[in-house]
Amino acid sequence: MKIPTSGRWPRFALRRAARLLVSLWVLVTAAFLMIHLVPGDPVRAALGPTAPADLVLARKQELGLLEPLWRQYVTFLRHLLNGELGVSISSRLPVGETIAQRLPATAQLAVAAFLLAVAVAVPVGVVMAMLTRRGRGRRTELAFTGTNVVVGAIPDFLLGVGLVYLLAVQTHLFPVAGRDGLDSYVLPVLALAIGPAAVLSRIVRVEMLAVLETDYVRTARAKRLTSLRVHLVHALPNAVTASLTLGGLLLSSLVAGTVLVENVFAWPGLGSSIVSSIVAKDYPMVQGTVLVYGAGVLLVNTLVDVVLALLDPRSAIGES
Amino acid sequence: MRAARVLLRPVGFAGFGLLTLVLLAAAFGPVLWGGRAAAVDTGNLLAGPSAEHWIGTDNLGRDLFARVLVAARLSIVLAVAATAISLVLGILLGAAPMLLGRRLGRLVTSAVNVLVAFPGLLLVLFFAVVFGVGARGAALAVGVAGAPAFARLCHTLMAAVSERDYIAVARIAGVSRIRVLLRHVLPNVAEPLIVNATMAAGGVLLTFAGLSFLGLGVQSPSYDWGKLMQDGLNGIYVHPLAALAPGIAVVLAGLAFNLTGEAFAAVFGLGDLPGGARPLEEPREPVAATPAVPGTVLSVEGLRVTIPGPAGPIRAVRGVTFALSDGEAVGVVGESGSGKSLTALAVAGLIEPPVRVEAGHLVVAGEDLMAAGAHRRLGTSLAIVFQDPMTSFNPAHRVGPQLAEVSRFHQRMGRKAALARAVDRLRAVRIREPERRARQYPFEFSGGMRQRAMIGMGLMGDPRLIIADEPTTALDVTVQRQVLELLAEVRRDTGAALLLISHDVSVVTDVCDRVLVMYAGRVVEELPAKDLRTLARHPYTRALVAAVPDMDTDLSRPLAVIPGLPADPVHVPAGCAFAPRCPLADDHCRAVAPALVAGVACHKSTEVPV
Amino acid sequence: MSTLSFHDVRVRYGSHTVLDDVSLEVADGQTVGLVGESGCGKSTLARAAVGLAPLTGGQILLDGRPVPNRGRRPVQMVFQDPYSSLDPRMTVGESLAEAMPERLGRTARQAEITRLLALVHLDAARAADLPVRLSGGQRQRVALARALAARPQVILADEITSALDVSVQGAVLNLIRDMRRDLGLSMLFISHNLAVVRYVADHVAVLHNGQIVEFGPTAQVLGAPRHDYTRHLLAAIPGAVPLKEQT
Repeated sequence: MKIPTSGRWPRFALRRAARLLVSLWVLVTAAFLMIHLVPGDPVRAALGPTAPADLVLARKQELGLLEPLWRQYVTFLRHLLNGELGVSISSRLPVGETIAQRLPATAQLAVAAFLLAVAVAVPVGVVMAMLTRRGRGRRTELAFTGTNVVVGAIPDFLLGVGLVYLLAVQTHLFPVAGRDGLDSYVLPVLALAIGPAAVLSRIVRVEMLAVLETDYVRTARAKRLTSLRVHLVHALPNAVTASLTLGGLLLSSLVAGTVLVENVFAWPGLGSSIVSSIVAKDYPMVQGTVLVYGAGVLLVNTLVDVVLALLDPRSAIGES
Repeated sequence: MRAARVLLRPVGFAGFGLLTLVLLAAAFGPVLWGGRAAAVDTGNLLAGPSAEHWIGTDNLGRDLFARVLVAARLSIVLAVAATAISLVLGILLGAAPMLLGRRLGRLVTSAVNVLVAFPGLLLVLFFAVVFGVGARGAALAVGVAGAPAFARLCHTLMAAVSERDYIAVARIAGVSRIRVLLRHVLPNVAEPLIVNATMAAGGVLLTFAGLSFLGLGVQSPSYDWGKLMQDGLNGIYVHPLAALAPGIAVVLAGLAFNLTGEAFAAVFGLGDLPGGARPLEEPREPVAATPAVPGTVLSVEGLRVTIPGPAGPIRAVRGVTFALSDGEAVGVVGESGSGKSLTALAVAGLIEPPVRVEAGHLVVAGEDLMAAGAHRRLGTSLAIVFQDPMTSFNPAHRVGPQLAEVSRFHQRMGRKAALARAVDRLRAVRIREPERRARQYPFEFSGGMRQRAMIGMGLMGDPRLIIADEPTTALDVTVQRQVLELLAEVRRDTGAALLLISHDVSVVTDVCDRVLVMYAGRVVEELPAKDLRTLARHPYTRALVAAVPDMDTDLSRPLAVIPGLPADPVHVPAGCAFAPRCPLADDHCRAVAPALVAGVACHKSTEVPV
Repeated sequence: MSTLSFHDVRVRYGSHTVLDDVSLEVADGQTVGLVGESGCGKSTLARAAVGLAPLTGGQILLDGRPVPNRGRRPVQMVFQDPYSSLDPRMTVGESLAEAMPERLGRTARQAEITRLLALVHLDAARAADLPVRLSGGQRQRVALARALAARPQVILADEITSALDVSVQGAVLNLIRDMRRDLGLSMLFISHNLAVVRYVADHVAVLHNGQIVEFGPTAQVLGAPRHDYTRHLLAAIPGAVPLKEQT
């Protein structure tokens, strides 16, 4: 896409970058404060009531918890800039290393599910809008919204359990769990993508219906273009833009959805490790994982905004 | 009344039914099945479904069906508690800009905007660390994590209400901020909030199940549905129902909340679409096909436009007949609801089902619009200018290509040639720097410029007729004049006929040769434009002209007023539609609708002193 | 009634100057028409007078004292959009009662509501209706009645007839003239329609790009305009001068 009139884009880039930075700062600070917000003594809680007092003290020393808060914050930031995320309390391994090892599995899952959800939702939403426009196809509409509401109400981990039961336990089509070969991706990706695809297709349909009633679509019809051209060239870009605005949050929640699905499928990603670290009160590990997840979400949001700005020039000038 | 309407819809019925069942289970489950759910049966460990245990037993031989029913209470209570926390926090944060003043409010809003970007589950995990693992911690975590989304929603809703003039009026009247919030803002955002809270409760229920499933929520020996699922997952090979049954319970309960929310949304008018009007059920009245008047560019007879509506069909246009000769300019005037815009749209062939168009004949630029087909030739022979220049261009495409599309599609021009023609046409409608402007997006054009570009779009082909529907209503007087002059100039240059729709008598008399006056879906008078102010015979036309002050209005007398209200198109009176407001009307007027004879549709036209 | 005067009023949003040193006086019992094109700052001037738009410079005085911009304003405003100016959840009577300066007993309040509705030629039974049951013209009358309920010293009317159908507009304009005659109201009447302003206003101010370019008695400004812009506006009125292309 050719970049229109200069001036608008730098301003957009600047504003968006500023927002990303502020959000990152909030994320980093929240991750830092997490351990301090825990009521009582977090290290004692982590090591259990039977741990000897000097061990607790030593661990506190190691975590830097005895320093004044501001110095801890500065140290935390400095380490973060160097890519150091601390050492896990339970495994004694550097957190960064563990995350680097597990991140690809999670990222693959999230990206694959994201692409699948969009690839299914947009055509389904558009076709449904065309079929059910202005009170046409009432049965189709009822069937679509009905299925949609039901599918949307099934949480992804439950879908996972159902899929495991149907396609792995009953029919042995796909492996039950683990990450081993391409077919092991099918069930987790499906479990993760079906819910968002349902919700997104519904958003696309509603937006498409709204766009089809606009004045500019009437203008396009006044030009006596073919119906296909009116829908694809004039209505679709606007409907997708509007859907993305609403659907962006949905897609970033998909990143977090990996946590549950990974636990169902024993997927060796970040999601299974964050849960065990929370239960084990392995704060450095939780801190690191929350940071990575948060950064991933912020990245997705920024990406969605950039795509929006490319698709819809107005969003680049307006206060989004 | 409203609640009854919720129940009458299938969605509402299903939603409320389910919700009642779920709430009953939550209320009485532990009382009725508590003992059974706790009874250990060591002879029956991990048993499959049987007559005694419908969905089997767990690893201590406890009846799973009873456990699923008992778990309803904890699941629902936790979900509702967490939703309540979210809602209260959300309303407080969302109302902050109204209560705290501009600067502090903006700070809160931007903080909410940052937080809302993080998905709920991530926030839940974060707060789960802070509040600790367990049911109370999970409720707090889910509640607090849900607050930003509610805050954003509240803020958006309240901001929309705050812009309404009645809020400004209340402030001018000295009503305090808190009172404005309580009396004016909250009642007007309550409905969408209730809908969203109901649906959110469904979502929270699922989140909770997820947390317990992960082992971060409810801890043994308590159990909710998520916990039961977690326990069941380990044995999914041998005993799938143990994991699936609590899952089904979660989904049903989630659906109960969601469907109820949907039903409320539909009744409150917040749904996907405003209810979707029912298709017209009554049969089409037979209309005798008539031939077009020869030598005309537009000929229509007995045009009827009917819109399906909840209170019965709306007869917006009720038998309109007229014709335009080549090059003639005809104006249509009337108030809102007179059917003038729908007449224009019908004549342009732009009305879609379920709105119904009927006519004896409707021929535009040689195309029979009552016959099926795409009428592609109208793409070049008919130019249309719509009322709102701000929304009539596609915001996603540049202006030049939007014009060029006509030539590319209809005249098979190449991309370059078509764009060159578009630039040429933009120049023809006096847009300065047309090359640069063609590369711009519509939002970079002013209203007047867009209306010119719209006219330019019509000139891409070779129009024989221009239909302009209130083309200057949204424009300032000085810009209005320029656009009207441009229309007149285009007419002179191309010889195209013009059908101009306007509520403004002066605009029509300025531009047109002949005027049709519409009232309640009919043409009540047809006369030369120059005679409109002086020689009108229909009482409505005369009143309309007299009611509008112009620069020569007598200042010493009150303006003429038309008593009563415009006719309701759902209930058009049997006789003359203007009779209830007409000073001359008698019983005959109220019983028999007058036909348009010799240019006027009035039984009393002979009595009106000219 | 009293005199409302604007002294070198300046309103700026960021780098955009909306009002540039505007001085204007609405004298006791007078109706001053304010005309201009959209975006010229007409509405901002009115909003500034009731504290809805912050002043960057200058003063707005009522009888020599600054207009308070907290609490009940002695200057009341009526807005353009009849569908936005009444709270859809309050009955006509409640809306009127809210604007009254002092808390009245039940009967006194009913009497006052009836009096106010009568002033705008509405039936007292309307007090129990919600706004949905009223037409645009009726809503605008209620809005006027509500402004009067606050016992204002000056009324600002911002394009109050432009959203109305022509057959209803006349009735509201007549009402405005009656009110001035019977109640001696001072009023700033904002409109883009010169014919409407000519009908109701004693004096006219022409606002262009945030500045007042001409001010004077209505007959003089509209009959013998001195400023080019006023002439331009007058020439643009449909029917005033034949369109170029038809001559």
